[in-house]
Amino acid sequence: MAENCQVKFTEFKSDQSVKWCPGCGDHAILNSVQKAMAALGYKKEEVAVISGIGCSSRFPYYMETYGFHTIHGRGSAVASGVKVANPELKVWQITGDGDALAIGGNHFIHTIRRNIDINVILFNNQIYGLTKGQYSPTSKRGFISKTSPFGTVESPFRPGELCIGARGQFFARCIDTDIKHSVVMLEEAARHEGTSIVEVLQNCVIYNDKTHNAITDKKHSTDRTIKLEHGQPMIFGKEKNKGLMLDGLNLKVVTIGEEGITEDDILVHDAHCDDITLHLKLADMEYPEYPVALGVIRSVQAPVYDQCIEEQLEAVQEKSKIKSFTDLIHSGDVWDVE
Amino acid sequence: MGKRSKVIERDEVVVRFSGDSGDGMQLTGTLFSYTSAIFGNDISTFPDYPSEIRAPQGTISGVSGFQVHFGHTEVYTPGDYCDVLVAMNPAALKANAKWMKPGGTVVLDVDSCDEKNLRKAGYETNDPIAESKLRDYNIVKAPITTLTKESLKDMGLDNKSILRSKNMYALGLVYWLFDRSLDHTKEYIKKKFAKNQLVVDANVKVLDDGYNYGNIIQALTPSYHIHPADIKKGKYRNLSGNVAVAWGFLAAAEKSGLELFLGSYPITPATEILQELSARKDLGVKVFQAEDEIAGICTTIGASFAGNLAVTTTSGPGLALKGEAIGLAVIAELPIVIVNVQRGGPSTGLPTKTEQSDLMQALYGRNGESPAVVIAASSPTNCFDYAFYAAKIAVEQMTPVILLTDGFLANGTQPWRLPNMEEWPKIEVPTADVNDKTWHPYKRDLEKMSRSWAKPGVAGLEHRIGGLEKDEHSGAVSHDALNHQRMVEIREEKVQKIANVVPELELLGDEDADILVVGWGGTFGHLFTAVDELQSEGHKLALAHFNYIKPLPRNTYEVLKRYNKIVVCELNLGQFADYLTMNFPDIQTLRFNKVQGQPFTVIELKEHFKTLLEE
Ligand SMILES: Cc1ncc(C[n+]2csc(CCOP(=O)(O)OP(=O)(O)O)c2C)c(N)n1
Ligand code: SF4
Ligand SMILES: [Mg+2]
Repeated sequence: MAENCQVKFTEFKSDQSVKWCPGCGDHAILNSVQKAMAALGYKKEEVAVISGIGCSSRFPYYMETYGFHTIHGRGSAVASGVKVANPELKVWQITGDGDALAIGGNHFIHTIRRNIDINVILFNNQIYGLTKGQYSPTSKRGFISKTSPFGTVESPFRPGELCIGARGQFFARCIDTDIKHSVVMLEEAARHEGTSIVEVLQNCVIYNDKTHNAITDKKHSTDRTIKLEHGQPMIFGKEKNKGLMLDGLNLKVVTIGEEGITEDDILVHDAHCDDITLHLKLADMEYPEYPVALGVIRSVQAPVYDQCIEEQLEAVQEKSKIKSFTDLIHSGDVWDVE
Repeated sequence: MGKRSKVIERDEVVVRFSGDSGDGMQLTGTLFSYTSAIFGNDISTFPDYPSEIRAPQGTISGVSGFQVHFGHTEVYTPGDYCDVLVAMNPAALKANAKWMKPGGTVVLDVDSCDEKNLRKAGYETNDPIAESKLRDYNIVKAPITTLTKESLKDMGLDNKSILRSKNMYALGLVYWLFDRSLDHTKEYIKKKFAKNQLVVDANVKVLDDGYNYGNIIQALTPSYHIHPADIKKGKYRNLSGNVAVAWGFLAAAEKSGLELFLGSYPITPATEILQELSARKDLGVKVFQAEDEIAGICTTIGASFAGNLAVTTTSGPGLALKGEAIGLAVIAELPIVIVNVQRGGPSTGLPTKTEQSDLMQALYGRNGESPAVVIAASSPTNCFDYAFYAAKIAVEQMTPVILLTDGFLANGTQPWRLPNMEEWPKIEVPTADVNDKTWHPYKRDLEKMSRSWAKPGVAGLEHRIGGLEKDEHSGAVSHDALNHQRMVEIREEKVQKIANVVPELELLGDEDADILVVGWGGTFGHLFTAVDELQSEGHKLALAHFNYIKPLPRNTYEVLKRYNKIVVCELNLGQFADYLTMNFPDIQTLRFNKVQGQPFTVIELKEHFKTLLEE
């Protein structure tokens, strides 16, 4: 596409005033999405942004594209219908941790299993924002909220584990305020054919402020997170001297230069590996035992549902003698009354 | 063909094939109905099978039946009582004895009447005929199992395969009773088992032997003569209500130039629509077997947003799950059709049986003021027409439409005269105009009060819609109090305006009737037959049968107010009667309700109407 007809990222902004709380991580994600779409060379009319219900799900109103703000939890089902009906469209789904993993859990896993070509951005603030602060399926065990005044007694989902467990082929993670990295993640997700899940660690300033702070705080984030890149050694830390190695069946954090460990001993990230074992381990890493993995953890090509539907339609139509409704009703057991 | 000893001339006959669910009764009945249709009889059929796939063998709950009603005049129902019952075991005899017409014929496989089977069926003695009070009937005690074995003994088939052919022996015998040709059935057998010549030969032989057995024992039994019906010329085929719904949508897709999308989750008795459309890749249908009914309708809504003719199919429990999403289609003003093949409820209820108890759910089973169009088909073949018109209304008026059928229509079949599609109306798609400078997503055609359809992909029409209330004048989200009231009223008005394109209510029967019978949906055949028969017996009756329920036909009140005695007949506790009272408080109605998972019988209707006439 010629540079001059490219849509500028500001042109993806709609005329609606943005209603999220000042300081909410959603503002930054909106920015990243608009920048990614511009960078991808999208035209406004070929984009459909679909959401469920939640603070995050207000997103489509702020995009100067086609958009549909649907009902709680069902965004991925609606998005699936849009994509299958018109595979030419770029379909992006915006969802929250409650929307995707509580009420919409069934649709979430089945969309992933089918591998429909939609890009899902999961805003994980570990809270129900819109309903003003109840714990969510990603809130940590013991989390205190309005509906868990004595702490929750349930274990949270790890979105990456759930995604890969549902046979997800693309999973990436990024931090709301790291726009530069988020844009790259969103572009990668968009280029991936099949369902892409991007978990954005999002801050809700009002009901769950600083929930991700231990890892997102600028002071520590390089030590407590690892930005995975395909083909690169799994090295992290301010000094770039920490790395990941295998210890039996587990991952182990090591320091390069200690105990005779060199860069060559560090694992090299293979996002395209079909086997899920290592991807699961990476997706499940939690601070403080491990650094939290950011970047594209898994990106594997597999048959894409909407493409398979088109191919099957073509193959059957080519062979069939039935070309119209009239052909159909005259085929088979028909008799004449004279 | 041998000479016939005793021939009964009849206008119409009801035959019921009944046996264990493994006995192949559905196929036997279907083949018999085809042969009768090709002979030129008008027919109506109804299968009745257990909801368990393998109910205990030999028990009443395992009995599977298939009823065929055919005649030389038009037939509107599969018939109440049967003239001929084929019972492959004692359980089939016991289950159906009460449905015999006086003096009818029972063909019973006496080989199956051993101690064990008699007890399983619940007979206390070893004389099931006497115990079921069938002594005065024509009983053909045929040793079908033995004769089948005898017929196939030299063919080298294993015992299981031999026993599986019993139904063909019985069918041959019934063909003799009705003097029908075996040709169509033989053709069918040849096609179906083309890969296995032995099976073809065996089945054809058994069929012939069954027929010849009829010839040999003819002194014992009368044979029936039914002349061809006087039906309109043309090409015909047999069509069930479920396939008719699927085909109505295919026709609508062609007439609108839209791609057809179905999002659905299997549920009895609606599954066959999903299966039929899944097979129609040749016509470009996109079928999405969803993870549940909610995803079924939500993918449908997504496909509609993207510009497809989008439909979803289900039965009562599934409609309950779809409620919230129907509301989304109402407020987003997107065209979708929701088919509800009603079954006995509440909850799982009677999955394989028929009922009309989802009317209120279809009309009101959603949060908020959530008006949707509600239409009901009234015969297996007009499921085609109403599916077509449901799609036409949805698209042209930009609204969700709920199409109600029921288990009885879904599984019943009738001969269907193949339509000439050129005679069917076009479906006009209200595509948004890119050049309209004042366009916004909720800009309305003031005549219809409906908005236009702006499909993603078109530059210049980018817009956002959703479940939040919208401003009447811009389509932007609005929480304004008066705007909300206005929008609620607009959505209702839009649906009411559809009455302008819906045909008027037709009155069948006497203008000056003493009783007006009112019905809706799948009960038409039984109500019409009852009214028609009473009229020919000299009574003054009329029938007003509804297919359009929301909105009601324009002349509804005008028709109803002419009668003092109105009886609303339905297979629920009076939901349509309540709905009429709500709409027309000064119209008084009587009710006749049945909730047994079974259709009305013509006999019970006539008896009831007669007592009303005497009152
Ligand atoms: C059927 C239904 N149930 C409940 C709600 C109330 N509700 C709206 S959003 C929400 C949770 C939102 O949480 P999340 O998806 O994490 O989004 P966030 O607001 O945090 O971005 C709930 C419970 C609803 N709108 N619809
Ligand atoms: S409540 Fe939380 S998630 Fe919602 S807009 Fe405010 S800060 Fe953002
Ligand atoms: Mg949340």
